[in-house]
Amino acid sequence: MGSRVEILNEGGFRSDGRRQFELRDMTIDLSQRGIADGSALITHGLTQVLVSVFGPREAKMRSQTIHDRANINVEVSVAAFSTGERRKRSRGDKRILEIASTIKSTFEPVVQTNLYPRSQIDVFVQVLQQDGGVLQACINGTTLALINSGIPMLDFVCAVTGGVHSTSPMLDLTLLEENDIPNVTVAMMPKTGKIALVTMETRLHVDRFKEIFRLVSDAGKVIHGEMKSAVLSRSTSLVTAMGSGPRTRGGDLEERDVDDQMNNY
Amino acid sequence: MVEITIRKRPRTEAVVTQHKFLKKTARGKVIKVLRERYLRDDVACGIQGCPVCDMPAEDVLPVAGDKEHPMFPNGHFILPDTNVFLSQMDLIESSLFTPPIILLQTVIEEVRHRSLPLYNRLKALTKMDDKRVWVFYNEYRSETAIVREEDETPNDRNDRGIRSATSWYSAHITLAHPPVRGRVSEKVPTIVLLTEDAANREKAERSGISAISVRNYVNKMKNATQLLDLLSATGTNELEPTRASSGGRAALYSDYLSTSTLLAGIKSGILHQGHFNANQYNYLEGSVSVAAFDKSVLLVGRENMNRAVDGDVVVVEIFDEKEWRASTNEVVDQDATLKNDDAEASGDDGEELDTNSLVDEESKLVRNGAKTVGTERQPTGRIVGIIKRNWRAYVCHIDSTSLSTATSTSLALQTVFATPVSRLLPRIRLRTRQAPILLGQKILVTIDRWDAHSRYPEGHFVRALGKAETKEAEQESLLLEFDVPYRPFGKAILDCLPKEGDQWVVPLKQDVSKEWRDREDLRELIICSIDPPNCQDIDDALHARQLPNGNIEAGVHIADVSHFVLPDNPMDSEAASRGTTVYLVDKRIDMLPSLLGTNLCSLRPFVERLAFSAIWEMTPTAEIVNVRFTKSVIASKAAFTYAEAQTRKDDPNLNDPLTQSIRLLNTLALKLKEKRMAAGALNLASPEVKIHLDSSESSEPIDVEQKELHETNSLVEEFMLLANISVARKIQDTFPQTAVLRRHLPPPKANFEKLQDILQKRKGMTLDVSSSGTLAASLDKCVDPAEPAFNTLVRIMATRCMLSAEYFCSGSVGRETFGHYGLASPIYTHFTSPIRRYADVLAHRQLAASIGYTPLHATLHSKSHVERILDVVNRRHRMAQMAGRASVEFYVGLALKGRGEREKKDGQGHVRESAFVIRTFRNGLGVFVSKLGIEGLVMFKRDTQFDPDNYTITVPGAGGDVHIAVFDKIVVDIEVEKDKNTQRGKINMTLVEPVDSRAL
Repeated sequence: MGSRVEILNEGGFRSDGRRQFELRDMTIDLSQRGIADGSALITHGLTQVLVSVFGPREAKMRSQTIHDRANINVEVSVAAFSTGERRKRSRGDKRILEIASTIKSTFEPVVQTNLYPRSQIDVFVQVLQQDGGVLQACINGTTLALINSGIPMLDFVCAVTGGVHSTSPMLDLTLLEENDIPNVTVAMMPKTGKIALVTMETRLHVDRFKEIFRLVSDAGKVIHGEMKSAVLSRSTSLVTAMGSGPRTRGGDLEERDVDDQMNNY
Repeated sequence: MVEITIRKRPRTEAVVTQHKFLKKTARGKVIKVLRERYLRDDVACGIQGCPVCDMPAEDVLPVAGDKEHPMFPNGHFILPDTNVFLSQMDLIESSLFTPPIILLQTVIEEVRHRSLPLYNRLKALTKMDDKRVWVFYNEYRSETAIVREEDETPNDRNDRGIRSATSWYSAHITLAHPPVRGRVSEKVPTIVLLTEDAANREKAERSGISAISVRNYVNKMKNATQLLDLLSATGTNELEPTRASSGGRAALYSDYLSTSTLLAGIKSGILHQGHFNANQYNYLEGSVSVAAFDKSVLLVGRENMNRAVDGDVVVVEIFDEKEWRASTNEVVDQDATLKNDDAEASGDDGEELDTNSLVDEESKLVRNGAKTVGTERQPTGRIVGIIKRNWRAYVCHIDSTSLSTATSTSLALQTVFATPVSRLLPRIRLRTRQAPILLGQKILVTIDRWDAHSRYPEGHFVRALGKAETKEAEQESLLLEFDVPYRPFGKAILDCLPKEGDQWVVPLKQDVSKEWRDREDLRELIICSIDPPNCQDIDDALHARQLPNGNIEAGVHIADVSHFVLPDNPMDSEAASRGTTVYLVDKRIDMLPSLLGTNLCSLRPFVERLAFSAIWEMTPTAEIVNVRFTKSVIASKAAFTYAEAQTRKDDPNLNDPLTQSIRLLNTLALKLKEKRMAAGALNLASPEVKIHLDSSESSEPIDVEQKELHETNSLVEEFMLLANISVARKIQDTFPQTAVLRRHLPPPKANFEKLQDILQKRKGMTLDVSSSGTLAASLDKCVDPAEPAFNTLVRIMATRCMLSAEYFCSGSVGRETFGHYGLASPIYTHFTSPIRRYADVLAHRQLAASIGYTPLHATLHSKSHVERILDVVNRRHRMAQMAGRASVEFYVGLALKGRGEREKKDGQGHVRESAFVIRTFRNGLGVFVSKLGIEGLVMFKRDTQFDPDNYTITVPGAGGDVHIAVFDKIVVDIEVEKDKNTQRGKINMTLVEPVDSRAL
């Protein structure tokens, strides 16, 4: 007996009022946080992740240095209050280590590590709220934080989760949906269309896979647009603040608004 | 490519869109859940041609509403609240109830939480062709979504939501009717909130919404008299406050315990849960089989059965062991005992006297039982609670004695008794204005409630089926009683058929046509079909030929239904929910539209048809060398009946290839059967009779005879079994998790105890039930040389001790329980009749996938999905069998009546047949008339000496006492008589030999 909530009702609405191919609301905050070189606070609906990037800097431990490129060190922590049921996860938790290593292997080929030999880039991911699509939020947040810290990358990495309910595919699953239907997370690079990551923990029929995979890749492009405009507006506001940016009257006002809004956090 | 968007949500909306609640898990932990929802402006209103919502001009709510109701001359739409659907579903479903309905999401969800069966009916309602229902997702529309306020109960919140949606609609509808300059402004239809809750109505009126109760609404409708009867009793409460307030009267039954107490009791083992089974011979007795005891728990008397109705899931409390007793072995007829009970008074404190005498009589009956405590004491107990009611609509007759006035013009509201056709159910009290009209008709009644102070359950009238004993009424009542879906196929389903209709033919063999892809051309093979006479849905055909190497090639060709019925379309889901074709004596209710069943998928002779073939190479001793499966195109060369095939085979003058092929098949079949019997397959029997109809038009039965079996019956059967077993192996190999198989569990030994005991004591025979093989062997030995029918009787009785076969999903049960007990095969499925059984369609799809013809549809990969479908199919299958049997019984009754009348003319007056005693009661005999295939009761008015240990009763006869025991052969007179009060037909038997029981 499944849950009493219908995943997709006959009117074509999901349990939270979205339709099949609608992504959740996404907010991005790229303002400065503490001494981090770059950070991003990203939300997908009720999932919220804060990523801070330090580096490239000298490796703390000698053993971890690689002679021809930088080492990416990813540490993930999940806040005890992030789920409905309070649960402390230790640092050595297998689940967390897995997320960390997934992020690391996703970004290693994208970040131009060969520019910084013998150094280290630290990525600290903090999951503040969970409501499905944690991995997707972590990857998108990491992309933004890396960009924010000025580390050269080949491309954006945009991740989206997709699932199939019976035979109808849907995008950006909430926790409720994630628990119920087979799902796959895909991280893609919009410029080249290459795929950086495909991961799936449930079983999905092979006939359905092609369809959902295509769809999720397309959704990545939509996410990319959103991320790009966030990065652009952040950069414009910084440039304006330094007093050397292009000045158009209307735009100026608008950008300042955005900046103000960001300072409110 | 689909459009992918991000649903933006302003931060200010968070108050409305985020929803926080606390939830207690099964372990008792409390967790906080936060959910969000996205409010939108594109949820459509459903009104035809609405300029704001961009609605199309068809298939939705009419723009002007419904103008038939006199209270709303401007036209109206109704918007019912949750309680209306919970209590008045029959009204809404009625085809007379036609106003356009706006169904809110809030309402659907509330119904779903309260009752799943009602929710499913509601869902079906929204899809019905003749209803105008629009589902409005008010919780997702920004204007109508509301948040629960502090100190507001969920109920109040929903009511407020419904009101706010109503007022939104009222405002919105003016937009759909924009004032046009130069024209008289159109009348704007009203949105009417339909609710039973007076407080809610009041609030609605205050905010300017027109609200009305269901009763008041229906009262003013055109066909109010018919519709008012459909109102359930719960709706009448406010009309008759006296009834509700008379709580002071004595309760007849003890109250149920609270749910938490019940659950705690079951957990700790003090209470037991099980299905309630009423006793069909004695209405004051019932039983509940529970896991904790081998024998089922006996419930004696009304108080202990405590308002349970057959099929309910109940909780019982077991008495002390010294209070345990045996079943009374007595026949107590409800109609006879309770005929004087008054419908108005029973349960009311009005007529004390009457009620008291009734109670006395009943308790006497119960005490009688206590005296005859035999050795076979059973756990005894009483019902303390109901987990789940299994009430449905029952087919009933109105009891004429309970009417206060019988003048057919009277429209006075009166309370009457409805007697269900099934003997397992109590009488239902019913309030109706149409009682005189309904007299002598079959009607459908649902139970609404059963209060502790009411002797009988209360129900309401759903609809009339027609005059009793007319074919139409009997047929429909049969279908309803066994829950057979018999509506004609809807448009969406018929749209799934090939466009060419009956012009469809197998296309020419070309590489381009999709029909021929991967199909073998077997048109040249000499294939024929063998079926019962007048068979229209021919789903199997056979062939056999000698191979050069001395082996024989035999093939079974099954109609390729899965080529036409594609997964997951409306036709497929309809077939899945019908599960099987139901055969009644004079009607067939198809699982698939008849175009497929009797034409495109029917393997008629001389036409090319698509088939799914299983082809074996066998040695002349019927050892399988190899088997292959392929989709094919065949052209059958002949369609034989069993008898035709038989004569053809036996005719030595015929030597054409067709006859030779039949002979070849027959020799193989004989060897296959021999092998199967050696492996321990059972040769079971069930009373099968054939009804002779006068002509196809009048369908007046003339006579009944037992079915004749030819050798060719067994020929077809053997090859079908072989095909099924081979297919089962193949799909189980390929899909070990989700293969659709069929099994027959070995019966528990205890089932046979009674039969073994009777056989031992009466005939000195033993039955070895340790395995199916030994059982088959010992059944063969149960022969009475004087009585050839005796062996069949024992087989029938043994069959009744067994469990029934069932479909299952191979991943859901242990590998060791796959076996088919009756066929003595380790694995089995159904493959050979896809036209009339849905399980076969699934097997076809899986087999097609396992030979790489098509990929398997995603739903067949999901274990839970397959299980769910098979649950339905199993239930439908069981119901279809029972419906078929009941239909035969009805026709046997008709035939008997006809025969009785003919013989009366000849001066004999009675239908006289010999019969076997199969059961003895304290005051009667259960007998089986093998010639007619019916069972009946012989009742004695006076008490007889009853010896339950030896299954003997002693009755006084003319020349001294006569002993009658189980298995004795007796002669009975059979007549069909109608109950004077209820018009319910009943087969009545009286004993003629060895003694005349009329005097007893």
